[in-house]
Amino acid sequence: MRLRMRWLVLCWALLMAANTWAAQAPTPIRIGLTPVFLDDQTAFVNTWRVYLESRLKRPVVFVQRASYREITDLMRSGKLDFAWLCGYPYVRNKQFINLLAVPVYRGKPVYHSYLIVPASDRQTRSIADLRGKVFAFSDPDSNSGYLAPAHDLYLLQERPNTFFSKTFYTWSHRKVVEAVAAGLAQGGAVDGYIWDMLALQHPELTAQTRVVSESAEFGFPPFVAGKAVAPADTAALRKALIAMTQDEEGQKLLRNLHLDGFVAGDDHLFDGIIRMMRAIADK
Amino acid sequence: MFRDLSFRYKIPLRGSVLVVFTALVVTASLMFRAYDDLKRDVLLNSASMGRVLAHTITPTIVHDDVWRAYEIINSPFQATPDANLNQAEEILVLDARQQVYVSTHPKQYPMLSDPARVSPDLARLQQAIVDYRGTEPKSIELAGSDKFYMVTPIISDGVALGSLVMGYSRSMFLPRFYDIARRAIIMTLLVLAVLLPMNWYWAWRMAAPLTQLARCMGRVGQTLPDDLECNLYESRDEIGQVGMAFKRMMGELKDRENLEKQMFFSERLAAVGRLAAGIAHEINNPLGGMLNAISTFKKHDNADPQTAKTISLLERGLLQIKDIIAALLVEAKFQSHPLTVQDLEDTRTLVLPDAHRKAAKLAWENDILDTLPLPSTLVRQILINLLLNAIQAVKPQGRVHCHIYRDSDSLTLLIENDGKHIATEQLAYLFEPFASGREGGHGLGLWVTYQIVQQLKGEIAVQSQPGETRFIVTLPLVEQTA
Repeated sequence: MRLRMRWLVLCWALLMAANTWAAQAPTPIRIGLTPVFLDDQTAFVNTWRVYLESRLKRPVVFVQRASYREITDLMRSGKLDFAWLCGYPYVRNKQFINLLAVPVYRGKPVYHSYLIVPASDRQTRSIADLRGKVFAFSDPDSNSGYLAPAHDLYLLQERPNTFFSKTFYTWSHRKVVEAVAAGLAQGGAVDGYIWDMLALQHPELTAQTRVVSESAEFGFPPFVAGKAVAPADTAALRKALIAMTQDEEGQKLLRNLHLDGFVAGDDHLFDGIIRMMRAIADK
Repeated sequence: MFRDLSFRYKIPLRGSVLVVFTALVVTASLMFRAYDDLKRDVLLNSASMGRVLAHTITPTIVHDDVWRAYEIINSPFQATPDANLNQAEEILVLDARQQVYVSTHPKQYPMLSDPARVSPDLARLQQAIVDYRGTEPKSIELAGSDKFYMVTPIISDGVALGSLVMGYSRSMFLPRFYDIARRAIIMTLLVLAVLLPMNWYWAWRMAAPLTQLARCMGRVGQTLPDDLECNLYESRDEIGQVGMAFKRMMGELKDRENLEKQMFFSERLAAVGRLAAGIAHEINNPLGGMLNAISTFKKHDNADPQTAKTISLLERGLLQIKDIIAALLVEAKFQSHPLTVQDLEDTRTLVLPDAHRKAAKLAWENDILDTLPLPSTLVRQILINLLLNAIQAVKPQGRVHCHIYRDSDSLTLLIENDGKHIATEQLAYLFEPFASGREGGHGLGLWVTYQIVQQLKGEIAVQSQPGETRFIVTLPLVEQTA
């Protein structure tokens, strides 16, 4: 009897201690990452997390998912506080999320969509030449990897399903490059920023592809914040991202990302994407 | 050519051929087996990989996720090339219409293309796939193709979505097979390196007694080789038995040769004896007449001294002739009494003075205790002849040994001396009249002795070697009838 009492007391004490510890630790902020950058660099992602933790003075959790849809769903259900998303899902989910910051690439917060074909294909001059071919998209929610080429076809009065003999999604820009390089697809649409990065890091891969055309400028895939996130937290992260150019560690991380920095950004950067979305949706 | 070869080479050569043949057959069958196992391993391996890939790829086909399907069929290619020798060369996923859904070599087999257009082999393969109704992986080998295929149907909920085709090069076994073969050959060579010398050694040992026997038999002809020269192998196996039989045969041959020699010898002596007796008889009659005439002439005593001297000279010569004739005509004197111990002892007494003159030592050993049914005069004559010969032969201070003994049916006289031995070529004519090599004496002593021994139906033998000459006379103890 006395023994059981002792057990109960001990368990209670442990529970209290755990509660106290939990209460003292600040809740981590959760940031969703998508394949808008080369997200397979685990060591780099880790370094970046530690950097943000030191700037925000609280734990940071990066949540990586294979598709935009999964991250968008997590944002909408409030399971993520922030995310680095593509412009297309951002404009589609504006009622749930706010713009946090936009990366600056080559001096501007914009990027392009590249139309690529295998390097052996010397004839193709535009997407119009790819009729009846196999085409690789990266993600149905991607601007550069789906919306932009789909809009190009829209301008030709065509739809991907009928224009191409077959289309498929690789769920990552990098894999679009791989699919085109291997010859699995005779054409593909890829984030220009990612292709440029690959050209630097894996020139042997991009050498097997040829960029046929670049799209117009679109707003660079932005960092977004959930509408429910405390404004103080939003401001703190925005500040931390923008301030990355200020210190050596941040500069090193930016160099690794081949970005110039982050800016608060303007919603109008994504107007082009909205127009394309509406044009296709109206059809 | 090979038939004439010595067993010394024939046996080891045959053994070597057997050893090498066995080694080759065993190695070849092991290699064949290894090849079979290898192939079965590869097929099992590829069947299980086909099952796994087909299973994994099914949802991607259901969801039409081409990229995922591509990644799955490429996953076996991620390993380093030499890590997996059972690597398929190419993997194709064909849809239900036999068109390429996805492949590991999209440039060669583009999506939605008809593989039959790539190679006629694949057209035949398509037909084989259409004909195949099973659900398990099946290996398909097309005649004349340098590839074989493992085809796994892709089935979802009982509906055939297509098939997974893994193409293997037939030559993929070769590097591993060569490796196995190389090791097998090294092992075979090691085994041969041990077995061949062993085979040669054993075979050599087996052939050695045979060749020795053959060499020994080859010598038979002019001469009969001694046992010692042959040094035959002794055992109870067949070669040993042959050797023993050969030895026996040699023994019998030698006995026969001796017998023939002896027969020849005694026949010659008998012929000489007959001739001598014939001549003696023919001479005896005129001799007797001449002696009678001389005797008569002397009785009248009317001769002048010159004549008397001549007559006397004639008489002495004729008497000498008579003596010699008498000696040649050895005739048993049957009136002789049986042999007593005293007769033998008298003989000793008779020859002793001669021995003393030569200062020779006469060792006398007489084992006879009773009277024997033998004519005493003849036995004594034999004994005296042999003893005097012996004493004559020894050097001063020499030694003569006489041993007289009997057994149940014979008397033996054994006379030894240590004088100059009788040469081998002399032995053959020893008992012939006038054959004596020695000066003095008329050369009839041994002839007479031989004749007497013959008449007594006994035997006389001579053994002579440097330092020892031995005469052995054996006389049968039977009642003299005649």
